[in-house]
Amino acid sequence: MLELDGVEFRYEDMLMHFDLAVAEGECLAVIGPSGAGKSTLLGLIAGFETPLAGRVRIQGCDVTALAPGERPVTTVFQEHNLFPHLEVAANVGLGLHPGLRLSPAQRQQVREALARVGLAGLERRKPAELSGGQRQRVALARVLVRRQPLLLLDEPFAALGPALRREMLALVDELRRERGLTVLLVSHLPEDARLAAARTAFVANGRIVCLGPTRTLLETPAHPALRAYLGAVAEV
Amino acid sequence: MAPATQRPVRRTAVGGALPRALLPAILVWLPLAAVVGGALAALLARAPSLPLAELWQDAYIRQVVRFTLWQALLSTLLSLTLAIPVARALARRPRFPGRGLLLRLFGLPLVVPSIVAVFGVVAIYGHGGLFNRALSLLGAPPWQGLYGLPGILIAHVFFNLPLAVRMLLPLWAGVPGESWRLAAQLGMRSGALWRLIEWPLLRQALPGVATLIFLLCSSSFAVVLTLGGGPAASNLEVAVYQALRFEFEPGRAVALALLQMMLCGSLAWLLTRLAQPMALAASAARPYPRPDQAALGGRLWDALVLLLATLSVGLPLAAVAAAGLDGPLTAVLIDPLLWRSTLQSLAVALPAGLLALAGGLSLLLSSRRLRLRCHRPRWAEAVELSGSLVLVLPPLVLGTGLFLLLMPYADVFALGLTLVTLVNALMGLPFVIRVLSTPLRQVAEHHDRLCASLGISGWRRARLIEWPLLRRPIALALALAVTLALGDMGVIALFGSQHTMTLPYLLYQRLSSYQMEQAAVTALFLVALCLGLFLLIERGIGGRERAHA
Repeated sequence: MLELDGVEFRYEDMLMHFDLAVAEGECLAVIGPSGAGKSTLLGLIAGFETPLAGRVRIQGCDVTALAPGERPVTTVFQEHNLFPHLEVAANVGLGLHPGLRLSPAQRQQVREALARVGLAGLERRKPAELSGGQRQRVALARVLVRRQPLLLLDEPFAALGPALRREMLALVDELRRERGLTVLLVSHLPEDARLAAARTAFVANGRIVCLGPTRTLLETPAHPALRAYLGAVAEV
Repeated sequence: MAPATQRPVRRTAVGGALPRALLPAILVWLPLAAVVGGALAALLARAPSLPLAELWQDAYIRQVVRFTLWQALLSTLLSLTLAIPVARALARRPRFPGRGLLLRLFGLPLVVPSIVAVFGVVAIYGHGGLFNRALSLLGAPPWQGLYGLPGILIAHVFFNLPLAVRMLLPLWAGVPGESWRLAAQLGMRSGALWRLIEWPLLRQALPGVATLIFLLCSSSFAVVLTLGGGPAASNLEVAVYQALRFEFEPGRAVALALLQMMLCGSLAWLLTRLAQPMALAASAARPYPRPDQAALGGRLWDALVLLLATLSVGLPLAAVAAAGLDGPLTAVLIDPLLWRSTLQSLAVALPAGLLALAGGLSLLLSSRRLRLRCHRPRWAEAVELSGSLVLVLPPLVLGTGLFLLLMPYADVFALGLTLVTLVNALMGLPFVIRVLSTPLRQVAEHHDRLCASLGISGWRRARLIEWPLLRRPIALALALAVTLALGDMGVIALFGSQHTMTLPYLLYQRLSSYQMEQAAVTALFLVALCLGLFLLIERGIGGRERAHA
């Protein structure tokens, strides 16, 4: 469903190189130390970064030269997912029309999406009036109305407490099954990978160092860099 | 729904991004180069015929240079020595009745035209002013030393004391709450707090603030022209004007203008080296009361310092209001001359403000793209700096160049209003850039990726995202640029005539012909117009709703 074929990118002194294939409907976790290139990997898939070489293919189509808005992708960031001056409904509605000209049917769609993520009735709130978890739910509601097959999550729940994070990951998992989404989840917590992803990729120094079933990767880490990264966590 | 590969490719390699990023800046640079380049060429064309080596032998020029530097140095020292205790008192007392009002009072000098402030200073310290009446009550002889250095210093402190306070005060917000907690635990007193926490903080910012004030004071025009004048108390700006307008010695005007340019150029260069990027964000830590708030001595000292500052800023303004209301209101207000000057002032100020805003926005759009999309922060800074060119070429120098450039071909006095508008637009540019630079960048930093991923671009992005988030700073920038032009008594002195008469110029003429009663009403009218227009633009365009997070 998603293929990265010899994608190269230079960030300051680090030359990054990514090869990756993700199957339809899969949830792949991407873990690794900060500065390793996790977010850059998502940026290359979403089109925020332009690779020096290589191709990015989604559903068999080469999207390497397409603008971010033209790719069948939705990204949820850690913060700034919402425009602070727009109401919740408008923030979701932007996913249907980037100029906010919505038909009554589309407005209904926005309401349904908000209800699906547990925010029914909060359409008229401003982002500042919501909690951190609620703001990320709004971003997920926009994922639903956009109906794009590929969802990129860039540490979206890192600022939330453990219980809330588990709850949000469960919601993402439900939505993935319901809509048949393909999900890439970037996190610095191995626990997130264990909860939500069947397979996990470990990124270090701008490369995918190992990739495999989450359980194997976390419980019997083969690569020394992965062992160093997991540290004591592996024994838990 | 899958995107087809043959769809038009809008975003390709970075190669095409650079010219696109530079385009808005180039649209500003072309007219800027025409005006500034023309003026500069006209000045330099005359320079070779000048015996530049002999200039320094000229006693008059030496005197002018010496006075320019001397008064600027004294003004800077005075403003800062007063501003530091005032800022400290305000930082130490975050809550007292009238604090908000006081801060607002300190914001006023930015909007008050310099010529109006001069009137206020004269009304207090002049011949029949409040100060002398107080002296005579005490049986002391009247003070007649206002004109010359003392008057200039008083007026410069009026403008620069509040400016310095507003620049220094945010520094205290950068002290982490932990520092105060630690200081309290260690039992530090006021003196130790100053030495260990506050002074190290200020020391980094002071050179930049001092250079800016020195630059402003050395190229001050209206204040020095009205309160100084004469060879003993003229700075370069005033001497340029006098050489061109009274003595009609273009050669000497060019020499003085070039000297002024060199002085301002080196100061501006120093400023870019010294000015620290002001981190205005308050620390996230919970604020903690500093341990020296309760001491009685400190309370008395702070009260005294704040009272003094309030008087030095508030008294001249109060005098303008009192004298204006006391003057021949109807006679002045039905005078067609007043209304003609008002119309001409507005005809200068509104286009100048809009030009400054448009130019500033274009430059910032370029610098934002250069910084964030092309990853060229140096280029971005250079683009923003190009908007501050007027700091190196002060208005009178620019005006002199344009005067000499156009004189052979056209009636410069007939072109007066156009030239004044252009120069005023250039003067507004640095303010627009200062106000808008950070907000514009923040919008892009926070929302660029989201906009790109949702496909919000072009006009939609401007309408839905940029305008709602930026309308307040945009309104503030426009309000500042317009009021600045409305109150400017600079180049208009070069081009003013019977037919070209702005309000500040009218006020200057009344002041210099000692028509104090008419001047009083005119001053009040002008300052009311400035404040009214400022609020109208700031509220009308910026909206009343509170700022977004």
